[in-house]
Amino acid sequence: MFTAVIWGIAGAGLLLSWAKSREKTRAALRFARRAFLSLAPSVLAIIWTIGFILTFLPSGLVLTTIGRDAGVLGVIMAAAFGSVVLIPAFIAFPLAASFLRQGADVRAIAAFVTTLVMVGVITAPLEAKFFGRKFVLWRNSLSFVFALAIAFVMGVFLR
Amino acid sequence: MKVKPGLLILAILAAATAFVYAGRPDKALSVLSVSKDYLLEMVSILPPILVLCGLFDAWVSKQTIERLMGEASGAKGALIALLLGTAAMGPLYAAFPIAKALLEKGASLYNVAVFLCVWASIKIPMILFEVKFLGAEFALLRLALTIPAIFLISGVMKLVDARSVSYEAK
Repeated sequence: MFTAVIWGIAGAGLLLSWAKSREKTRAALRFARRAFLSLAPSVLAIIWTIGFILTFLPSGLVLTTIGRDAGVLGVIMAAAFGSVVLIPAFIAFPLAASFLRQGADVRAIAAFVTTLVMVGVITAPLEAKFFGRKFVLWRNSLSFVFALAIAFVMGVFLR
Repeated sequence: MKVKPGLLILAILAAATAFVYAGRPDKALSVLSVSKDYLLEMVSILPPILVLCGLFDAWVSKQTIERLMGEASGAKGALIALLLGTAAMGPLYAAFPIAKALLEKGASLYNVAVFLCVWASIKIPMILFEVKFLGAEFALLRLALTIPAIFLISGVMKLVDARSVSYEAK
């Protein structure tokens, strides 16, 4: 259902674009092809790694670390993990979904996903080059705190 | 010949799978079947999303983005920052130079912070992925909470004038 809708939107967009400008449509398709080819090896590598993780990671470990009984500490650990790792969100989502199915705390998953996109410890030095240390410190630490807040509010609604 | 890191990692994964297969064939097959499931889901959804990214890239120029943001201010500017960050593509570090340019062209710190946070966290293709894997309820609730959080974060940054050190450092 979802997949059909997204293919439909992309198809409609292409038709509309094609009617207005062939050249720009070709450029768009070139962009998409280039993006696909450059993404493909790393997407495949990460999916394969997920295969290993899900096969060998005992779900008991997931449960004790970020499960419902892990409580606030589990949520904070998930948030910290999301702050440090650099994985594209669209790859983190399927992994997060499988952790959720194995019994992870929905708050921990929400915290992980939010810090993953908003807090970047690895990219912080680069960010500081552009905006200065004060900016980076404030943006990242505020984002971390709000990620936890978002996670706890979501926990109220989704459990 | 330059070896791409992605391909190298793939080679290592293939070797690791073969190694596991030698000892525990069932585990190796499980690795492959789990990976295959995820791969099929990815392949069914990645192409249309990349086409949408391509259309955006072709039809919306960088100049347009910079012009709108540089001139805009107040609630309108924040709204533009929100919309632009949403529609933009690429990782967060791709947004740094753009945000820096906006800042130098006179966009407010508040708007630039909104732009950066939105670029990082709210992207339409990413929301589609999140709905697909974590469910509409999870994705939309997280979105509804993230938007006010971004305005609060940017407001605090404006309040503490997080920009000053950056200018002193220059």
